[in-house]
Amino acid sequence: MTPVWKGFGALLIGIPILAFTAWGLQDNPRLFAVTLLNGLTLAALYFIVASGFTLVFGLMRNVNLAHGSLYLLGGYLGFFTAQVTGSWLLALAAGFAAAAVVGLAMQVSIFRFMPGQDLRQTMVTIGLSIVIADLLLWAIGAQVHQMSPPAWLDGPLRGLPVIRAYSTYRLSLLPMGIAIGVALWLFLNRTRVGMMIRAGVDDRVMLAAAGVNVNLVFATTFAIGAGLAGLGGVIGAVELSMVPGEDTRLLLTSLVVVIVGGMGSVVGAAIGAAILGLAETYGLAYAPTYSVVFTFVILVLVLAFRPRGILGRPA
Amino acid sequence: MSAANWRGAMNVQAPRAVAPESPRAGVAPPPPRRFSNPVRARHVVVLALLLAYPWFATPFFTFQIGAQALALGLIALSLTFLGGSGGMISLAQMTVAGLAGYMVAIFGSAATDGANLGWPWWLAVPLGMIIAVVAATFIGWLSVRTEGIYTIMITLAIGVGFHYLAVQNYAVFNGFQGMQKVFPPTLAGIYWRAPVPFYYLTLAWALAGYLFVMYLLRTPFGIALQGIRDNPRRMHALGFNVTAHRVAAYAVAGALAAVGGVLFTWYNGLVTPGSVGTGWLINILIIAVLGGMRHPVGAFLGAIVFVLLQNFAIDVFDRERFNLVIGVVFLVIVLFSRDGLLGWWAALSARMSTQRGGTPWRAASGRSYAR
Repeated sequence: MTPVWKGFGALLIGIPILAFTAWGLQDNPRLFAVTLLNGLTLAALYFIVASGFTLVFGLMRNVNLAHGSLYLLGGYLGFFTAQVTGSWLLALAAGFAAAAVVGLAMQVSIFRFMPGQDLRQTMVTIGLSIVIADLLLWAIGAQVHQMSPPAWLDGPLRGLPVIRAYSTYRLSLLPMGIAIGVALWLFLNRTRVGMMIRAGVDDRVMLAAAGVNVNLVFATTFAIGAGLAGLGGVIGAVELSMVPGEDTRLLLTSLVVVIVGGMGSVVGAAIGAAILGLAETYGLAYAPTYSVVFTFVILVLVLAFRPRGILGRPA
Repeated sequence: MSAANWRGAMNVQAPRAVAPESPRAGVAPPPPRRFSNPVRARHVVVLALLLAYPWFATPFFTFQIGAQALALGLIALSLTFLGGSGGMISLAQMTVAGLAGYMVAIFGSAATDGANLGWPWWLAVPLGMIIAVVAATFIGWLSVRTEGIYTIMITLAIGVGFHYLAVQNYAVFNGFQGMQKVFPPTLAGIYWRAPVPFYYLTLAWALAGYLFVMYLLRTPFGIALQGIRDNPRRMHALGFNVTAHRVAAYAVAGALAAVGGVLFTWYNGLVTPGSVGTGWLINILIIAVLGGMRHPVGAFLGAIVFVLLQNFAIDVFDRERFNLVIGVVFLVIVLFSRDGLLGWWAALSARMSTQRGGTPWRAASGRSYAR
């Protein structure tokens, strides 16, 4: 795109957003601010789930459509761990570990044997998602499970400017998302394994030629990506509820986040999550019937002007 | 792209691309142009069996198994066409089919709170199909910007987006309830939802769709589409408009899915957000992959297996565990066959005979279902 078009595009998107912000602040500042916080905290949760998805895709070109099932699996295991031990942190660890182990098993026992056949791998993940979803339904049932937040994050946070009070747990999603994002960034950019993963994203064959055990790197990445889905499941189990069908919802969210943000880019996932989270909550607050349509319009606009997403690179 | 693939693409295209031009050149007498395979004994046997089926089957088998498999097969055929000859796996085919069903219900009649226009069927059905084809073209226009797995993701996102729209929108789609009691019209004194007439109705449309696809694959458009599947860059260099061909393929597949969708809606007697939910989006993919995408008949084979599993797997296993059964069957097929039941059949027949055919479908048989 030429600079003129870029400027035009920025105006086309920027002016309505600015106008809406001005109107929202003037009309009902509290609603606007609460919606902003809701959107950002939801975006943090979306980012946690979608970052694993995009990490796996970036390295292995594997679109893990069982990602939503791993999210639900992690959520359920976290729920039962919290019930037994009463510790929320243990629940987080259990959710992460359970999803990571399942992801690792998938990589080691199936995907390792079909390298480069990304479409077939995607089909396998579809089959796995059906099987896992039905096994979970069988084992746990269709009733709604909701986790209670840990005592030190329970209850509202009072005395905030403009919005007065806000759920402490919900607010804590924001630092959690940022912490995980920063940790992921440090891991990818400052550690040896992260360096290998980044090298693998750029050129798998060269990495293998350089004497790195690519299968080990792949397995590690898959475990971390799947684990992030499980971690998101435990974190989301408090705010959203766990029920069959949530897996599809979070899968769709992850898909849209990475399509908008750009496949394989962690920063892109953050941008995509922010856009989607804000669009969903503002849609729900100001135009409840059409909140889905907003998500859709964003998807269409991004695809029309940047087919590979905002930060996407050619595959 | 390896040398073998280059050669494969050459072999598929070269004779076909030249054939229509040779009469104008006036060099050699034009080869007789065939639009179909020669009719073989097995075709006659299968057709006779299909026609005679209601005479020896119970109404349950005629309606629940036969008609349902044919209607689902027609929807899956649209995906087989897209994936097998266009190399594009779209998960939004059920969305198109469901949209056609919704439109027929909205323009026609259904048991809702007055959201229906109540127009006669000869207006409602074509209008619904036109809208579905337009939607399919739009979906195609959006998703041809991407390739392979990206297409899967974007069409899945579109399909699930439509599902949530149908759940939340009460003004047009009647929300969670959807459209109840959507029935085919009573025409010429025949109630078309009775098992035997409905079976013949679906059979007629399924046969028409099948023959249409078989014909289309031999037209210059179909050949070019298969060329684009095998090597878009080469086709682009040859002067073909790759994007236009792909979007047109989506439109054609949309028309097939729309017909199947209307029939499937009539079969169920209703269309709800559930019928365009993720489950059904993926079921269509399962049917197409189960049968195999190398030949249009795979869609119907897959549909028969799917419907049989749906109706009888629950007798063997727990009633609620259908998804587990179908998921495992799908996994086994994807893991152990490159091309569904047809892939197994091809491997079997290749082992028994070394005879090689020359149809475009078979020339592409060495490939996986889409690339």
